[in-house]
Amino acid sequence: MDYSLVVAIELVREVAGLILIATGLAVIFGMMRVINIAHGEFMMLGGYTVVLTTKMGVNIWVAILILAPLAVGIFGVIVERCIIRHLYGRIIDSLLATWGLSLFLIGFVTVVFGNTVEGVSNPFGGFAVGQYKVAGYTFFLIFAAVAFIASVYLTLKYTKAGLIARATMQNSDMVEALGVNSKHVYMATFGIGAAFAGLAGGLLAPISGVVPGMGALLIGKAFITVVTGGAAVVAGTLSASTILGSISQAVTFATNPVYGDAALLFVALILLRLLPQGITGRIFTRSI
Amino acid sequence: MTRDISRRSMLKGAAAVGAAGALPMLPFAAEAADEILVGGLHDLSGFLDFAGIPMNRIMLMAIEEINAKGGLLGKKVRGVVYDPQSNMSMYSQFATQLALKDKATVVMGGITSASRETIRPIFHRFKTLYFYNTLYEGGVCDRNEISLGTTPAQTVEKLVPYTMGLWGKKVYTIAADYNYGQITAAWVKRYVEQNGGEVVSTDFFPLDVTNFGPTISKIQSAKPDMVMSVLVGSGHLGFYNQWAAAGMKNEIPIASTTFGAGGAEIEIIKPEVANGIISCYGYYPTVDTPENKAWVQQVKKRYPEKTPLLTELSAFTWEGMMIWADAVRSAGSMDRMKLLEVMESGKTYTMPSGKVSIDPKTHHAIRDVYIADLKDKQFVIKKKFSQVQPADTQLVCDLEKTPNANKHYEISLE
Repeated sequence: MDYSLVVAIELVREVAGLILIATGLAVIFGMMRVINIAHGEFMMLGGYTVVLTTKMGVNIWVAILILAPLAVGIFGVIVERCIIRHLYGRIIDSLLATWGLSLFLIGFVTVVFGNTVEGVSNPFGGFAVGQYKVAGYTFFLIFAAVAFIASVYLTLKYTKAGLIARATMQNSDMVEALGVNSKHVYMATFGIGAAFAGLAGGLLAPISGVVPGMGALLIGKAFITVVTGGAAVVAGTLSASTILGSISQAVTFATNPVYGDAALLFVALILLRLLPQGITGRIFTRSI
Repeated sequence: MTRDISRRSMLKGAAAVGAAGALPMLPFAAEAADEILVGGLHDLSGFLDFAGIPMNRIMLMAIEEINAKGGLLGKKVRGVVYDPQSNMSMYSQFATQLALKDKATVVMGGITSASRETIRPIFHRFKTLYFYNTLYEGGVCDRNEISLGTTPAQTVEKLVPYTMGLWGKKVYTIAADYNYGQITAAWVKRYVEQNGGEVVSTDFFPLDVTNFGPTISKIQSAKPDMVMSVLVGSGHLGFYNQWAAAGMKNEIPIASTTFGAGGAEIEIIKPEVANGIISCYGYYPTVDTPENKAWVQQVKKRYPEKTPLLTELSAFTWEGMMIWADAVRSAGSMDRMKLLEVMESGKTYTMPSGKVSIDPKTHHAIRDVYIADLKDKQFVIKKKFSQVQPADTQLVCDLEKTPNANKHYEISLE
């Protein structure tokens, strides 16, 4: 009984992990249709922000929850101004440009910090579930994923800014005609997507440590989740993360992490064969 | 026009100087006849740089030391260092270059078994003496290679009964999913069973796995008396943090065949997480002999800042250089066969790690091994085993009978 509870917690944790790494990308790729290959490196920068600032004596919560998204969000805005804004609507070009950015960031961070793992100590202790122990941080990650989804949903659905953002992505000319500067909307949206990536990187830093190449391990899963989810940011991320995360983690428990990852890819393959527009291309089509 | 030095061209010039400055290790093509060239192939960048950089710096220190004592055969020794960047195709390229273009008399290097198996056949073919100084899974049978690192029969065979005696007979193994991890895990199973214990489960992880949540739950449900970690590389270090974060640190103890082997682990993983992990290697900086104390001081004096991490890997690289230099002096020649004959003669060398000799049958080291408990970044040595034979490789290899062997055996445990 306790064991099945532990398994359930780990399943939810994996789902939460996918939500964390995919939300920022869902905003940038799902909403804006910009293929940001450097998304993994945005997460890496978030992780390094946490490592550096905690070394300088900053409280770990301030580092993870405020500094990481802030730093990467600002960086995202700079990237949007310098590179991305010239490439809207040119998918292949933006893919190449962000790939270059990704290589540059990995190289730059390697030169500055070295190609070694930097760690941050975990702010929570263990948590007893019957006779088992689960890391307290697991619950915090699950909570963070819920907060991610809720904040995106509430912003898009109930705020004016969210409405303008959605409208801009659908028809920027119309929005311009109504007196909104769509360039600013694009910039802010990209910055927010980057900030989510930075926050995700910061949240993951205490678990796996940070290393310049960590983005490469995350970007694949993030893209698969977003593509499988389809166009709707919230419903897509949520449904794809739930299906892919729980299946892959269940397989991991039954066998080992190799088959777990393989199962994730296999399920994504089947889903995309059946639903080429992603889950929200067919089901939940009217959701956000 | 010539006076018009624009800011842009200045910047270009500065960039070029910077780029040149970043590559101080590039070898010079000169082939001075009064120099003896020693090749170094260690990963100075990429995911193994934490291990390769100390090995390379210790090799260069050994070269300086040999030159300070007057060089060899009246000639200076010079290191030719390449950075294979943890990339196998660069390993084979640089190995060929060292053998054919630079004509190095001896090469130190290779860290993973994959890199060794890339370059070993090249040095065998071109008859360039080769030293492999890393602990590995055993089984290389090649007269051209001297393998100074420990093998499972030297370390796992001691570590398993020692930790089972401390903690109990139920063992859960977690291992890296490539040849080193697979083979070492098989040895763990064999030794656990020989000592009357049971391996309740063995889980393998590709090197890029960083999330060990499910594994930690599985270990808890299996309730072993101890965990044997054969995890490798920076990604796997996440296990130790997650283990401690789940509050398992004081519940189930960990022994490891790899933790601290590269040295960087004890810097990356905080003491409150790493304390109490028991390991077994052929060298620790805390080995209590006058030779080792003097050597540690020598390293600190040579590299007062950013002192290289002293581990089996770096210590054995120095030993390799010294054993080679001794062979050159004894043979009075650079001839490869004469050097091999000196090293095969069963000489005993007194080294920082203890007494070392080369087993003529396998060209592996017969050496002292130590079991240590990690406490606040210090390896506290608990037990010493003298003159341990590379019994695993001896099962499959006899170079006295087959001097032309050129093979890496996967030692069958069936």
